[in-house]
Amino acid sequence: MGLRRRRVEEAVFKLLMGVSTAVVAGSLLFILGTVVVKGLPALDLTMITQTPKGGYYLGKEGGILNAIVGSLLLAAGATFLAFVFSLPVVLYLNVYRRRGSRFAVLTRFALDVLWGVPSIVYGAFAFLLMVYLGLRASLLAGMIAVALLEFPIMARAMDEVVRLVPPALRDASFSLGATKLETALRIIVRQTLPGIVTAVLIAFGRGIGDAASVIFTAGFTDRVPTSLLQPAATLPLAIFYQLGTPVAEVQQRAYASAAVLTLLILAISLAARTIGRRFKRHTIK
Amino acid sequence: MKRRLRDALARRTMFLLSAVPGALVALIFLGLAGKSRAVLALNSFAGVLFGTTWQPLRGSFGLFPFLAGTLWVTLAAMVLAVPVSLLTAVYLSEYASPKVRGVARPVIDLLAGIPSVVFGVWGTLMIVPFVRAVASFFGATSSGYSVLAGAIVLAIMVFPTIIHVALEVFASVPQSLRDASLALGATKWETTRHVVLRKGLGGINAAVVLGLSRAFGETMAVLMVVGNVARIPRSLFDSAYPLPALIANNYGEMMSIPLYDSALMLAALVLLAVVFVFNIGARLVLVRAERKAE
Repeated sequence: MGLRRRRVEEAVFKLLMGVSTAVVAGSLLFILGTVVVKGLPALDLTMITQTPKGGYYLGKEGGILNAIVGSLLLAAGATFLAFVFSLPVVLYLNVYRRRGSRFAVLTRFALDVLWGVPSIVYGAFAFLLMVYLGLRASLLAGMIAVALLEFPIMARAMDEVVRLVPPALRDASFSLGATKLETALRIIVRQTLPGIVTAVLIAFGRGIGDAASVIFTAGFTDRVPTSLLQPAATLPLAIFYQLGTPVAEVQQRAYASAAVLTLLILAISLAARTIGRRFKRHTIK
Repeated sequence: MKRRLRDALARRTMFLLSAVPGALVALIFLGLAGKSRAVLALNSFAGVLFGTTWQPLRGSFGLFPFLAGTLWVTLAAMVLAVPVSLLTAVYLSEYASPKVRGVARPVIDLLAGIPSVVFGVWGTLMIVPFVRAVASFFGATSSGYSVLAGAIVLAIMVFPTIIHVALEVFASVPQSLRDASLALGATKWETTRHVVLRKGLGGINAAVVLGLSRAFGETMAVLMVVGNVARIPRSLFDSAYPLPALIANNYGEMMSIPLYDSALMLAALVLLAVVFVFNIGARLVLVRAERKAE
């Protein structure tokens, strides 16, 4: 092949790569742009400060406070549950077990599998669990479903940072007479705190945005839940139901709600970046 | 002494908690399988899987139209997503300046973080009318709520998965191999094609399969744009009714019709089984590639 042809081939593929990258970045901008342009004009203070009044879904007054509060409570509870399981698992795998041990490999594999399980399957499974436990569709049942979804996301994200802790740091702690537990909590956790906070926030963001897992389990209500056993509205479902009405005004509110959800997610991911950075001052380079 | 005791206690507790992921995988399988037994007692597994009539009131639960819907949407999405994601990953890994790379990472993470319902809203606003227009351009009539609309939305949703895994794969190709190729007079593209892509072939397949399995189970966004008509689609402009949408749409009725809940749990089990096999296959390839790289 002549050099000329080789250069042409390269140029063609470079062009294709450029176009592809632009498509990926462009689709993000397109989606964000659409949500903002369609959503912000329909957004006002009553939308985010009031619960739906009678006839809300026919275009009467009210807002989606029930769904905002419901989603925040639900995701907060789920994130807490997921954290209680994730951190010990990750610390155990990295401090108590050697990297190549069969148990560690299998557990990581199980986490990978769980990570790939679709949220609708978690929803169906949590529904079975809920019936088995005698629960009704409620804030608590929704928390369990979303916690199942968040657990592998959080654990894998934590594992990725905890794995990178230099072995020397661990060994230094052991040599000073610290037990494994003390090493795990005072050295490893402190060293990886930025990463852990980021992992928690990533999982929280996922939890807030997921609809398929709560559709069976959290129920939906126009009121703000006051107990774990009451049903709770969630933002994604509020968007879905409002969009499904034939009333144009209510559909506008669906766009506004989508803007609220998107801004919330953006804020969380921004926080994940900046908070993560701030906690870095405790780490040893 | 007290410290030792605390350490021993923590070790036991953490060990038990670490058994949770494995146990959970088994429990989800067993739970869904246990619940699907009722419908399988009256119908053969193949009968349900390949049955084409879905009439819960008459007790016929043929999942095939939904399975076909899922396959159509997923495969069409992959046709769109794979070339774009791989070309992007190659660009970011081999060609882009560190500055561009620094910007691209957060962009891809953001895309991955957008809730599926927002993708759905965007799809109904932008993609559905677009598909309607395309269909009428080709002389077909379509509401726009179609396989193609689902595929476009889904393709964008799996970009981050494929790009992320592919980037890791490319990063694991030793720099010395690239240098050797360049030193022999190969152009940058030839090096990429014959060294990086060849070396990473297994990993690229794994990335595609992971994207595929992500697409397979995606629910809300697809449900909002595919039209949900329980018929086997004949073209990209036809409506489809994917398996996850079936589960999500019918939880209301499922407790009032006999065997309905069992059939839906079977649908969830089928989803889980497919995704499980895909994931295991892809992860095995990735783990092996990682080991080879070390």
